[in-house]
Amino acid sequence: MGASFASLINMNGPGHYIHWGIIQISVANLVLIGVMVLVFIAAILIPYRRHGDGDR
Amino acid sequence: MTLRTDLDSDTSADVVADLPEDADQWTAKLRHAAVEALPPERLMPDRQPAYVASWIYVFGVLTLASLAVVIVTGTVLAVFGPTWWHVSSEGLFVNSLHLWSVEVFFFTMIVHLWGKFFMAAWRGRRRATWITGVVSFVVSVGAAFTGYLSQQNFDSQWISTQAKDGINSTGAGAIFNVTNFGQMLMWHIMLLPLVVVMLVGVHVLLVRRRGVVPPFAPPDRVVREEEPTGLRETAAPVEQR
Repeated sequence: MGASFASLINMNGPGHYIHWGIIQISVANLVLIGVMVLVFIAAILIPYRRHGDGDR
Repeated sequence: MTLRTDLDSDTSADVVADLPEDADQWTAKLRHAAVEALPPERLMPDRQPAYVASWIYVFGVLTLASLAVVIVTGTVLAVFGPTWWHVSSEGLFVNSLHLWSVEVFFFTMIVHLWGKFFMAAWRGRRRATWITGVVSFVVSVGAAFTGYLSQQNFDSQWISTQAKDGINSTGAGAIFNVTNFGQMLMWHIMLLPLVVVMLVGVHVLLVRRRGVVPPFAPPDRVVREEEPTGLRETAAPVEQR
């Protein structure tokens, strides 16, 4: 697990790519898109601490 | 232009005073139009509507903050030059800051874009705000692309030789030569940053002028109200924070 994770983030070797029909995308870009989706969902769901909330 | 003869009483306040005889001057007209479009309290408001208290509204500011880091680190790189950013440890550090602030810039801009798309942020006469944001995004892609071409390494050679076929197929290769390092560097450090900063400036001013787009109202709470910028549909009045 550790070795496979390290190989994913090792930027000194050739990149890892996923091929799905005509779609080809690097693992790094796919992970980044996934993180963006997660951050987007979190930004909608996580309550924002409004100014003065601590006084109530 | 009207020449003042009572120079003895000239203070800065006198100079900018609205005198009836000056009303036709272009400076007076421009000033009045600017103040009318963006009065100081709207340009720099103390409060925002309650619905702005959500993390999704933070990503526009994060994009601006990362753009500021991009501009500052890019300026430092331009001051010291390629040998410094390729060889010295400080130069490599600032070079990395420049790259990663661009990554953060695009990351936060995409989340900002998704948020505004699903809010249909062009509602309420905010079309120009949406369009300037979209064009800023497209021009930013060009700025990043010319940046990757300016790295002076094998990566930039690979990208330029791959891209030239695509650019040539559009017919633009004659005037936009991606294998011309000098041309790409000038586009990257002068032309495209200027356009991005100007567009982002207009975008932010439009956000101030039209206000932050309100969320969609539940169907049973839709009210139609007249506002200075036109008719809009919104939820019932919201509290200020």
